Amino acid sequence: MEAASQRIRESQGDRVFLTITYILIGILVLAILYPLIYVVSASLSDPKLVISGKVGLIPKGFNLEAYQRVFMNHEIWIGYRNTILYAVIGTAVNIALTMMGAYPLSRRNFPWRRSCMVFFTITMFFSGGIVPMYLLVRDLGLYNSMWALILPTAINVYNMIVARTFLETTIDEQIYESAYIDGCSNIRAFFSIVLPLSAPIMAVLVLFYAVYHWNSYFEAMIYLKDRTLYPLQLFLREILVMNQSDNVMMDSIEMDTSKFLVAEGVKYAVIIVSSVPILMLYPFLQKYFVKGMMIGALKG
Amino acid sequence: MPVKAKSAPASVHKSARKKLGIRNNWDYLIFIIPVILYFLIFCYGPMYGVQLAFKRFNPALGITSSPWIGTDNFERLFGSFQFARILKNTLVINLLKTFISFPIPIILALMFNEIRRERLKKTFQTITYAPYFISTVVFVGIINLFLTGENGYINNVLEMFGIAPIPFLTSPDYFSGVYVGSDIWRNSGWNSIIFIAALSGVDPQLHESAQIDGASRFKRIIHVNLPCIMPTIVIQFILQMGKMMTLSYERILLMQNSLNIEASEVISTYAYKTGLINMDYGFSTAVGLFNNVINIVLLLAANKIAKRYSSSSLF
Repeated sequence: MEAASQRIRESQGDRVFLTITYILIGILVLAILYPLIYVVSASLSDPKLVISGKVGLIPKGFNLEAYQRVFMNHEIWIGYRNTILYAVIGTAVNIALTMMGAYPLSRRNFPWRRSCMVFFTITMFFSGGIVPMYLLVRDLGLYNSMWALILPTAINVYNMIVARTFLETTIDEQIYESAYIDGCSNIRAFFSIVLPLSAPIMAVLVLFYAVYHWNSYFEAMIYLKDRTLYPLQLFLREILVMNQSDNVMMDSIEMDTSKFLVAEGVKYAVIIVSSVPILMLYPFLQKYFVKGMMIGALKG
Repeated sequence: MPVKAKSAPASVHKSARKKLGIRNNWDYLIFIIPVILYFLIFCYGPMYGVQLAFKRFNPALGITSSPWIGTDNFERLFGSFQFARILKNTLVINLLKTFISFPIPIILALMFNEIRRERLKKTFQTITYAPYFISTVVFVGIINLFLTGENGYINNVLEMFGIAPIPFLTSPDYFSGVYVGSDIWRNSGWNSIIFIAALSGVDPQLHESAQIDGASRFKRIIHVNLPCIMPTIVIQFILQMGKMMTLSYERILLMQNSLNIEASEVISTYAYKTGLINMDYGFSTAVGLFNNVINIVLLLAANKIAKRYSSSSLF
């Protein structure tokens, strides 16, 4: 195709069209990038200049005070620790259960394959709603414990279907057959055939689930009571959305205006501090999740 | 035994597979049973609780023994002054989302597909995906920092041009616009992945022959690329319709304030507030159930339309 398009000369109209396309994409990419760069530069600038609108893409009145305040705050660290803990344990549970479900569903000789699929898919479109869920979590004794954030969301049906499709399309039936003839059981097949061959799909699942855990706040908001259990997002919510940054600012500031300024600066810094880990991770995993989405797209 | 031996030579391969298959089936259960248990407890369990919509919940009695009150909760919902408002808000925000932010990822994917320089394409894509990885809380935080009344970034810029500040976040008039606009900013890149993936499956020979026939780039997009990814578009559209009433209430909840509540209260946020804040469990469940039923009706309708007018459908 590449060679063909070079052989046939681009017409005038095509070149104009292509130029317009490039310009549009350029504008779009800038529109997406600009706010992100602005937040970075605002976090490094003097809050006074930020508020008066004098900061553009380059930091002005460089100072790191906002970052210092963020790092000095012990609740941010508690949040970080909890989020990492929930993300690691939660993702491990997610992956284990998702693969355990995907494997039998991908096997043609599993007799209840179709009925299981129907049973699982219904839950994608119908759910009990927020109150029955809340009562269930409470009755199971999960209220105010980290398991309330992990167990109710242990499997995502869409992800399980993606994993199933991956196993179906990449692992050849004949591999299983020859393994069976050698006396291999399905359990053994899972550990010595399926798991070693599913590294790409597990990378996709890790990304999807880890991002979910890292970013979720709603479950934590309704199920957790102790501040020591709060994930990072709940502290961020207080600072960014509810404007309750008193404890981040420490108590030593007396004047109201400077208090306000510090609070504004802290907002930008806290955005950077909380988003950098996940933003750093994803370019490395990009090729995997594009592949994963592709599998989902073709046979979803 | 002899019967089996007779049939065996006909297709050794097939019968071997079947026999081994049946013998080995039990151990699949070890994998699937925990999964089924999860669904029974955490997905079908709450469905059992849906009966609360028809009950007056009494904590001392629990879900099963609380007294039935028929459709009282629904009558209260339909009679409430809030009802028309939350239904309208939900529909407005969703229709805007379906007709404005749904096509953009498709256009984006078609444009990306025209870029032939792989490195450039990858860089652009990386940038457009980035906002998707920002958490909802941080995302709403950024919206607030940019759009607040007096010292938000956008209003500062407007001020430089002598335009009066716009109350983006504190007036009901702007809520749906801000919601949908920010949704486009955050999700367009990510949502385009699926269409880019579909485009990579377009047969290059179709393009070659169209080119030989003298089709321009634009014509090839319309007559080759678009029809080829149509099934994916249809499926995504149906799924979008199914999600129509659910919305991302997590985000709306964060963007709400007492000044824009008139335009920002949707069915799902209303269910959250009546249920978990006012502890009106039965009523909230009724609101949730109403939401769910509309969802399913829309999903089935979209699926039916798709089935009639195109070859692809969800089920």
